[in-house]
Amino acid sequence: MLKHKDYFCFGILALVIVAIPLFVESKYYFIVLNVIGLNTLVVVGLNLLIGFAGQISLGHAAFYGLGSYFSGILTVNYGFPLWPAMLVGMLATGAVAYLIGYPSLKLRGHYLVMATLGFGIIINILMGELEQFTGGHDGLMGIPPLTIGGLAFDNDLKNFYLIWSFVFFFMLAARNLLNSRVGRALRAINGSEVAANSLGVNTAEYKVKIFVLSAMFASISGSLYAHYITFISPSSYDFYYSIQVVTMVIVGGMGSLWGSLFGAGILTFMSEALHVAKQYHIIAHGIFLCLVLVFLPEGITVGIYNFFLKRKTRKLIN
Amino acid sequence: MDFYQQISQYIITGLTIGAIYAIVAMGFNIIHNATGIVNFAQCEFISLGGMFMYSLVVLFKVNLIIAFFMSMAGVALIGALIEIGPIRHARSKEIIILIFLTIGLSEVLRGAAQEVWGTDNVGVPAFSGETPIHLPGRPATVPQHIWVFAITVMVMLMLRYFFKKTLMGKAMRATAVNRRAAALAGISVNRMVLFSFAFSGALGAVAGMIIAPISSTSYDTGIMLGLKGFAAAILGGYGNFAGAILGGLILGILESLGAGLISSQYKDAIAFFVLLLVLFLKPTGIMGYGESERV
Repeated sequence: MLKHKDYFCFGILALVIVAIPLFVESKYYFIVLNVIGLNTLVVVGLNLLIGFAGQISLGHAAFYGLGSYFSGILTVNYGFPLWPAMLVGMLATGAVAYLIGYPSLKLRGHYLVMATLGFGIIINILMGELEQFTGGHDGLMGIPPLTIGGLAFDNDLKNFYLIWSFVFFFMLAARNLLNSRVGRALRAINGSEVAANSLGVNTAEYKVKIFVLSAMFASISGSLYAHYITFISPSSYDFYYSIQVVTMVIVGGMGSLWGSLFGAGILTFMSEALHVAKQYHIIAHGIFLCLVLVFLPEGITVGIYNFFLKRKTRKLIN
Repeated sequence: MDFYQQISQYIITGLTIGAIYAIVAMGFNIIHNATGIVNFAQCEFISLGGMFMYSLVVLFKVNLIIAFFMSMAGVALIGALIEIGPIRHARSKEIIILIFLTIGLSEVLRGAAQEVWGTDNVGVPAFSGETPIHLPGRPATVPQHIWVFAITVMVMLMLRYFFKKTLMGKAMRATAVNRRAAALAGISVNRMVLFSFAFSGALGAVAGMIIAPISSTSYDTGIMLGLKGFAAAILGGYGNFAGAILGGLILGILESLGAGLISSQYKDAIAFFVLLLVLFLKPTGIMGYGESERV
């Protein structure tokens, strides 16, 4: 169920999405905005896992990549219809995530980080080596743009509307989920796993489910990316991308839905701004991540919010 | 070359690279036992070791042995600084936050290394020439492989002595078993954590330096080596020192046989596939957990 505050926030988000094309004209900014949208989809899903299940995934690039490659390979090599290919990609990615998540989340401790790390690297290698399917390191070209009826999403503006509608509805879905019984169970797990368990919450099952869901979010985003850019290659899905999306979750604030949007926005914008000075990218990214983690471990949005909340309460007390 | 010779050649290569993984895995274990975190900056310790060695030996013409110890000390210092600075002063001590912090620190170190040395691959001269040694009945071995193995064995023996016989080593083990009890017994836990970072730095540097003459080195060679060392640590049983050695050697041999007999492109994939298998079949690793079992 949505609360009043949510209606307000999502209303504003919808307004902003509709209004942006009225003010922005440059093609370049649309590309940046679209990439922000795609990253937001991945980050929202990953944040459900990190922020609510307290588990780390260092392999989300692989799920993002699986979405892209399923869409790309099925439509280019086998002439699949576009939307079903996307659905197949999502379901297959979910199934793979289940296979990885089930054994590693049954156990306590940080097994998932190791499993996803290994899985991510294996998938990235396969993308480069299975040339007859993936096109190898040269990539897969000529992926058709998505269509609805007769309308083809073949330019940046149309893709802007497509991608951001996905962002809007997936964020809405995530918010709904968090306000439901599942969300309460997840928050209980995050508070104390033992307590949640003793109250009858099957913690392992919830963790696996949320992991599968987050992989599916990433897969959808990957499919949208493939149809938008129409060209995919293994280098977009390396270990570094996995770390980038994790950073976005942290900077935005673990367990904060709107923080995900903020984290994806600010970090995507930063990498684009540093595109000219590419050699400073890693170091800037690292310093930013370290500063946030040391001084604002709850993330920038939540950290600042808490800071003002504290000041307000202090004023009330005085 | 007949089949038997080929296989033994693969095994020798595998043992060499496996020895490197074992040293790296030790570095992961030492920090894990002291703090419970996975230190991803370990990868950068390896790269830095190799690059320090390159700068000292090739650019500044320092004597090889002196350069070896200087690089070790240098990277140990960096490890210590990481602990004194960000890790100790992080406002949240949650494990998940600290793990992310080591990822951030590793990016900072890698970025800095890229600034200093650029992105080129550079070579470091072998410790004692390149002429292969012919042992009777054995395939020819490049001396550097023997160096790698000898240094690894020495490092392991020294670590064993340190942890079993010296007071400080015992204090570190006590901290690993139970932090609070160790603190109550008068052990400064903070100092033990600091030492563990310095140690891991030194170990990473050794790994980076001894492999540098075999495969050239660059600012980011440590990533793959480090992640595979991590896999080796899990394979052996995270936190378990004997497991680290076994895990490293097994991983090295499997990888080398896989590269030789199946396909060299899948070399890295094989290592991580083994990691996944172990996680699913026996998550505690071959030798079981180490001294600390944190959840």
